[in-house]
Amino acid sequence: MKTWLTTTDHKRIGLLYFWTAFVFFLMGGLEALVIRAQLASPAGIGVSAEAYNQLFTMHGTTMVFLALMPLSAAFFNYIIPLQIGARDVAFPRLNAFSYWVFLLGGLFLNASFVAGPLFGAGTLSVAPDGGWFGYANLTSKQFSPGPNIDFWLLGLQILGIASLAAGFNFIVTILNLRAPGMKMMRLPVFSWMTLVTQFLVITAFPVITVALVLLMFDRFFGTHFFVPAGGGDPILWQHLFWLFGHPEVYILILPAMGIVSEVLPTFSRKPLFGYTVVVYSGVLIGFMGWGVWSHHMFAAGLGPIADSVFSATTMLIAIPTGVKIFNWIATMWGGQIRFTTAMLFAVGFIGMFIIGGLSGVTHASPPADLQQTDTYYVVAHIHYVLFGGTMLGLFAGMYYWWPKMTGRRLSEALGKWHFGLTFVGMNLAFFPMHLSGLLGMPRRIYTYPAELGVAQLNLVSTIGAMLIGVSVLVFMWNLWRTRTRGEAAGNDPWGGATLEWTIPSPPPPHNFDVIPTVASRLPRWTSTQLRAIPEGAEGKAAHIHVPGGSWWPMITAFGLPVMAVGAISHQLWLVFAGVAVAIVGIYRWAYEPFEV
Amino acid sequence: MSHAPPPPTSMGLDSRKMAFWAFIGSECLLFGSLISTYLIYKGRSLVGPYPHDVLNIPFTSFSTFDLLMSSLAMVLALAAVQRGDMRQGKLWLFVTALLGMVFLGGQVYEFSSFVHEGLGLTTNLFGSTFYVLTGTHGAHVTVGVIWLLTLWVQALRGKLGPQQAVTVEITGLYWHFVDVVWIVIFTLVYLIQ
Repeated sequence: MKTWLTTTDHKRIGLLYFWTAFVFFLMGGLEALVIRAQLASPAGIGVSAEAYNQLFTMHGTTMVFLALMPLSAAFFNYIIPLQIGARDVAFPRLNAFSYWVFLLGGLFLNASFVAGPLFGAGTLSVAPDGGWFGYANLTSKQFSPGPNIDFWLLGLQILGIASLAAGFNFIVTILNLRAPGMKMMRLPVFSWMTLVTQFLVITAFPVITVALVLLMFDRFFGTHFFVPAGGGDPILWQHLFWLFGHPEVYILILPAMGIVSEVLPTFSRKPLFGYTVVVYSGVLIGFMGWGVWSHHMFAAGLGPIADSVFSATTMLIAIPTGVKIFNWIATMWGGQIRFTTAMLFAVGFIGMFIIGGLSGVTHASPPADLQQTDTYYVVAHIHYVLFGGTMLGLFAGMYYWWPKMTGRRLSEALGKWHFGLTFVGMNLAFFPMHLSGLLGMPRRIYTYPAELGVAQLNLVSTIGAMLIGVSVLVFMWNLWRTRTRGEAAGNDPWGGATLEWTIPSPPPPHNFDVIPTVASRLPRWTSTQLRAIPEGAEGKAAHIHVPGGSWWPMITAFGLPVMAVGAISHQLWLVFAGVAVAIVGIYRWAYEPFEV
Repeated sequence: MSHAPPPPTSMGLDSRKMAFWAFIGSECLLFGSLISTYLIYKGRSLVGPYPHDVLNIPFTSFSTFDLLMSSLAMVLALAAVQRGDMRQGKLWLFVTALLGMVFLGGQVYEFSSFVHEGLGLTTNLFGSTFYVLTGTHGAHVTVGVIWLLTLWVQALRGKLGPQQAVTVEITGLYWHFVDVVWIVIFTLVYLIQ
């Protein structure tokens, strides 16, 4: 137990990220199922408007910040050091700090579900209810006097710190800790996409931090940054939020693209088609992701010039994305394809992401977008991209790397059921939303008139959502039974090309007995030396130094929720207590003996 | 602040230094967003006092000069630590921190005189954007001063030497960055009204 609390091992932190994010994923999923149950019929099942607002806000916030991002982070943590031939990340204690901040931030945010009595709210739940992008005016003190929005803005500030710290850590890890011979253009694509993602994280999160700080000043101190009565402009919130929000979309999708770029070559027995182009497309997406934010705001009336420019940039960003899709298809072309579960999810990713990408291109046209804004059409788009895209990509990664992380393969039979149910379920759930949206069903309504003619479409969506729920149960059963009954994986169950497959599963604490020297992009496929390592030959050396654990990252992280609790309850002494905890933590951290 | 010699790195740059450059890149976006907010809301205050009513350019020019000189002291401190001259190193670390404290004192004086003239945090958009922007900068200077004093105390206790030059260098990167941000703020907020 203690060794898990103080761990600085990237593999253990990766597993902590995985399980924590998976629990949050289940919570976000349950919220979605209640939403779908309510919408199955026009009159609903009795969820109140207030509860419904909290449900969709927490569903979006949870899935984006507490499930998808940290599930990607689980793979960054576990896999990146193994792929680049390193013994750990560049700053192991900072890595532990990121995890604890993420966990505590997530708990703080979700504590709002039961914190009502503490604020004399009259209801149990005071969860955030302003939507996951918290548009100004909905979030102002005047229209939202309770603590709901305060939980949201403080929780997201805490989570931002976790993401930023991880961002600096992984940028340095990938650039600086590569094995000898691993030039940048020999880096596995998953590591490359992670690098691009982390640059987006460290540039986008400061922007939302500023937006949240300004909102905090409005709510706590009575400034008028977003309050029209004092001259403030609610549109500024939209600009700041989407300046962060659009790069965030690529923060969510690029890691999944990286995973798919590892899985497809392995199960096609072919190198990735056009490695260089895939890498440069990813970098280009990273740059262009900064120039499209106002396409979220066509309905705000920015004028024809702004609309035209952002329409054009949005269509342009489809080009590098399309290039990648063609490269993935070309990778499979003529390959010896093995349809393992990981491969099915990766191919599913391509298909679903194409649908999500195409509906995305339709948003790029302002006249069409005006018709689509705030309808279920947009909901369909975001779910094809983030569930059909990111989540299927993450599932592919789970089946692909689970043997490496635990030493046992997940069941392929259950895996195929999981894939089939997920695939059918998500299309049943999300495809009809295109239609209900175009027929005029607005998003974020808790009941709708039967005359609108979307009741049947909604019922189908609900059935699909329940199927996704069943598929997740199948996946959980698969995870559970694999603990004892999973087939032993060996070093390399799939015949992968990258360095993580040269070492035992799960890897020893120091990862590599001897840091490998890399001479190509596909070291296991091209180097007889790396291919020929016999099973079990690695992992015997015990003399290799591994950094010891430390309490201080967790203690420092603990200061942040204390500050947030102080802020939300307006207890200044508690804020200072949190600051004091963090300062003590930082000093002890900086001056404790710790060798990397 | 590990005191072991850093392991060799792929890019040849010390990992802590590289992380710090990434951090500075991130900070640029933080201050960029705050400065943009200030500029967007410029001239949109509904009531006074307005910038020209309160901003005191001669006084703030002195503060700016003080902060610029602190950067010079920081350079001298790093050079001294690198060549192992800890007597000079201690001196210049302290001078840098002292000049930082003078700047902070100036900011405290400036804020209180503005409040005296009727410009509070919530008075108008100018007040809100001005205090949040310069206050964030002031918070950064405060962190820098504490950091410098920490190094100075370490030096007094004989625990800071040429082996820790990278630590001092990173402190310097932070300090110079905070200085550069002030130059931008001084130009955009005070000089171009």
